[in-house]
Amino acid sequence: MDVCVGIDLGSTTTKAVILDSSQREIGRGITNSRSNYEVASSIAREQAFVQARFNLTHQALSEDSRLADLEERFLPVLERNFRIQHYLEQLQRLEAALLQAAVAPRHRDQRRNIEPVLETILAAMAGRAPALFGALAVRKSEFFRDLAAADYMQLAEEAADPKGVTFDTLSSLFDQAILPVENTGGSKALEALIDSALDTTLVALATRLSNDIELLRRAVETARAVRIDEVASVGTGYGRQRLPFPKEQIRSEILCHGLGAHTMFPDTRTVLDIGGQDTKAIQVDERGIVTSFQMNDRCAAGCGRYLGYIADEMNLGVHELGPLAQQSTFHVKINSTCTVFAGAELRERLSLGQRREDILAGLHRAIILRAMSLLARSGGISSEFTFTGGVARNPAAVDALQHLVNDNYGEQEINISPESIFTGALGAALFAHRTAREAA
Amino acid sequence: MPDVAPSQKEQSMLLQKEMISGHYDALARAKDEGKKVVYTFVPGNLTELMRSFDILPNLPEINALQSGMRKLSGGYISEAEKHGHSEDVCTYVKCDIGMLKKGNIGPTGVKLPEPDLLLLSYTGCFTFMKWFELLRQEYDCPVAMLHIPYQGDGKVHDHYRGYVIEQLETEVIPKLEAVTGRAFDQDRLRASLALSAAAEDDLVYVLESARHRPSPIDAYFGGVYYIGPIFSAFRGTEEGAAYYRALRREIDQRVAAGQGPVTPEGELETERFRLVIEGPPNWTSFREFWKMFYDEGAVVVASTYTKVGGLYDRGFRHDPDNPLATLADYCMGCYTNLSLPARVDLVEQYVRDYAADGFLINSVKSCNSFSVGQLLMLRQLEDRTGLPGGFIESDLVDPRYFSAANIKNRIESYLQMIEQKRTAGPAA
Repeated sequence: MDVCVGIDLGSTTTKAVILDSSQREIGRGITNSRSNYEVASSIAREQAFVQARFNLTHQALSEDSRLADLEERFLPVLERNFRIQHYLEQLQRLEAALLQAAVAPRHRDQRRNIEPVLETILAAMAGRAPALFGALAVRKSEFFRDLAAADYMQLAEEAADPKGVTFDTLSSLFDQAILPVENTGGSKALEALIDSALDTTLVALATRLSNDIELLRRAVETARAVRIDEVASVGTGYGRQRLPFPKEQIRSEILCHGLGAHTMFPDTRTVLDIGGQDTKAIQVDERGIVTSFQMNDRCAAGCGRYLGYIADEMNLGVHELGPLAQQSTFHVKINSTCTVFAGAELRERLSLGQRREDILAGLHRAIILRAMSLLARSGGISSEFTFTGGVARNPAAVDALQHLVNDNYGEQEINISPESIFTGALGAALFAHRTAREAA
Repeated sequence: MPDVAPSQKEQSMLLQKEMISGHYDALARAKDEGKKVVYTFVPGNLTELMRSFDILPNLPEINALQSGMRKLSGGYISEAEKHGHSEDVCTYVKCDIGMLKKGNIGPTGVKLPEPDLLLLSYTGCFTFMKWFELLRQEYDCPVAMLHIPYQGDGKVHDHYRGYVIEQLETEVIPKLEAVTGRAFDQDRLRASLALSAAAEDDLVYVLESARHRPSPIDAYFGGVYYIGPIFSAFRGTEEGAAYYRALRREIDQRVAAGQGPVTPEGELETERFRLVIEGPPNWTSFREFWKMFYDEGAVVVASTYTKVGGLYDRGFRHDPDNPLATLADYCMGCYTNLSLPARVDLVEQYVRDYAADGFLINSVKSCNSFSVGQLLMLRQLEDRTGLPGGFIESDLVDPRYFSAANIKNRIESYLQMIEQKRTAGPAA
């Protein structure tokens, strides 16, 4: 089957979306951008292709009425098994990288003690993998770095010995080892991991599915055998110049966000995108074509990174900020959208005894005020209004936006898709589809 | 106005480079040769009048932009900030003050002479007045000031003209006479004005050549080279007139050969976008800035910045028959002395006359003469032309305010937006 791929290389995360020839989304992937755009792009793309493969399998099963009722039992287990195996494979590479890092001369005295500690920690982490990807498991993040760090740090704290292998040593080894693990692809191709996950799943389900197992295996084999041909791809986002695409396959994220938002909400006329390091106010026509835009200039104050910085200052996760700010009961006015000054203002206000949630609500309003100015500069807000980018997932930012939009432009609903982080990649994939259609 | 020519050069660029560096050398020798030096600004410069007294003009904003192109401005600006000038002040001013504080070595490496007079002949930029106030403190020299009425209603009225002529007669000319010890020679002024008019004809011819497809010139990035001699020390001189004759011949050849503009990386072969640009360029990253356009096949077919020293393409010519009245009209006719509606009309006219695909504003926050009202201009122009407008922000000569990634992103997005609209056709 022919597919088109869109890749959005953001400053924080890299996203990939795959569309089939009828512009239906069949796969997506996301990873943190780190410093290596090329790796980030290939990881997000790989993930999207794996998902596409699962989707094809799903399709194969649902097309056969005899298998329809198996689908629900089979596919989630297959997907979980795949993720466990993928995670275990990454853990193996992490272990190798940790042992490698422990060879450094400064660990000479402790090296013999370090190795068994690392082995114990990694074994425990591997043991936790099935639970981590269990049917009802709640994960705070989908990124290997975050998942592995959470378990590793907890286990390292337990295993650390102030007089022997200290927590600091273990944590610095992790910091060193995680980079090469993130920045290289797996030793096993993901497709091979799917195969082995499939075997595991079939074995596990064999007794329960005894009669249908051959039927199932054949359907899955058929889906596995479908060739996926990437006929066009388009890259966008801050790192787009670094993508291994020729120039004509690169689109500005402004155009991609416009088209992506239009596809998610076809009546969109105004788009606000707040990403990691820039904020964009975009006006589109009824076809999703950009008619005007404004961006923050020179400085990324008031963008997603601002929240990241504030979260660090408060020792919180970025995802915790919004819900906390929503508990605010008192209006605190924050004047500074300069990230560094806001940090200072935050500490000062805390020292004055103001509540964290009130200050946080003020910080969210400050960001949105800057976005409002860009919106005004781009031509205001026309219905429908769509909010995209990582910050659209923050409920306090959404509340502040809703409030200011109503104040300035009258009652107005804001479209927010739970998939809004993929807007740019979706737009890019649509441009790729267009390219493919024109070439045909 | 730059004299750092691109690596691929037109003949006229080489000639221009020689002329400008020759002028810096002449300034360096001025005191030894007993010549008087007057500091003055590009808009409203009274070059013919000064030349009629054998005075050499030195133009601080040209020095600043030249320093910007030679990567010297950053250091000068820090120096000025050390002396108490705030970060938000016009960066030409700070670059000039910094250069002065560091020994007044001009951009070509030769020392600049101190002024015998500061001649402020344009007050359409309020900062100019403050700038010369600062220089007056430094040099303790006489100042002649010509107050220029603003074209608030878009017209030059007779009583405005009379007011400026009176100041020329009672303030400017007597001070030039006092400084040089010579009497005003109206015939010399007339002769010089005739040379100006000839050069102005040729310049307009060159600028209007951008109506061709492909345009043989880039009227912004190339345009700043073309206006160099006439906006600085060479208007009303034989040398200046000869330069524009040569330039005109060169452009004629390009038109005949169907050639596009010359960029630092050679001739632009495919003209993909025709743009009008409002606002001054960035000088510290001039090449990088230009590249963002020619890499995409974007050619600037008309610009307002190349009109800061006179709107010759709107019909004005220096008139030897009415020497003082023509100087008065010149001073009042600079681009930044136009009202906002007049500026919108002008850009709209450019978009139509030059069949542009769009217009782009480079907004320089520290230059209020240009930047105040630019977003309003953007909206009005979008409404009137039905074309998309682009908006970028940078600075004149402060390298800290040129964020290449951000600007490139906006320019690319803007050009892709034009392309997308073009392929999709008009909206329903």
